Amino acid sequence: MMKKDQFVYVTYIRTTSEKLWKALTEPDFTRKFWCNTAQESEWKPGSSWKIMAPDGMLTDSGEVLEIEPPRRLVLKWRNEFRPELKAEGYSRLTYQLEPEGKSVKLTVIHEIEKEGSKFIEAVSSGWPHILASLKSLLETGESLEETREWPREACK
Amino acid sequence: MDAVFKALATASRRKLLDELRKENGQTLSELCQHLDMTRQAVTKHLLLLEKANLIAVVWRGREKLHYLNPMPLHEIYERWIGKYERHRFRALSDLKKGLEQTKTK
Repeated sequence: MMKKDQFVYVTYIRTTSEKLWKALTEPDFTRKFWCNTAQESEWKPGSSWKIMAPDGMLTDSGEVLEIEPPRRLVLKWRNEFRPELKAEGYSRLTYQLEPEGKSVKLTVIHEIEKEGSKFIEAVSSGWPHILASLKSLLETGESLEETREWPREACK
Repeated sequence: MDAVFKALATASRRKLLDELRKENGQTLSELCQHLDMTRQAVTKHLLLLEKANLIAVVWRGREKLHYLNPMPLHEIYERWIGKYERHRFRALSDLKKGLEQTKTK
């Protein structure tokens, strides 16, 4: 089997799967915890998906591979603004939402069919900030300050 | 958060996290190869780490893969170190590392 680079993040958020799903897919929400960037997609299997910086620059793009609201979303994902990361090609991102008591267990898996991937290394320093901010937004109504503006370390 | 500190309070469990830091996504058998512990002990430690959410588990067919989950430690970091002090700590820690290396050379 081919070796791949993979990171897994699990966080428990006091909310419902429906609210968390909205927060992950609706631009008004994503902007708040994802460095003021805009996600765009029709959220259907096969539809295109992209993230843009506030000035309109395309930062990441790909396609919806699987979508099953409010439980599972799989995206094909490639960085578009850092040539060395773009050169690595497409990665795969999976969001998995499972209700557990009064919380939802959110599992985020980001993987690429490549060993020593610079892209996975780059996103692995950003995800914990973004996810902590998402958790804070849903639980307290406020995202973390460091993820509100572009460009920030958390979003490079 | 109690579960996290309790899970981290044992050297062998920290060693397990170190192993995953080196290579993420290992099975129980793979982890046992690097450690001087019985399989039962490793299983027990992994379960505790999993309960504290320090380890995330992904099934690949019948294999259970273990991943270091940075989220609980990130929460601790956010709570006490925070957003403003990060750069100063990085600078201090680099200084400490640099000075200690020169000393041992």
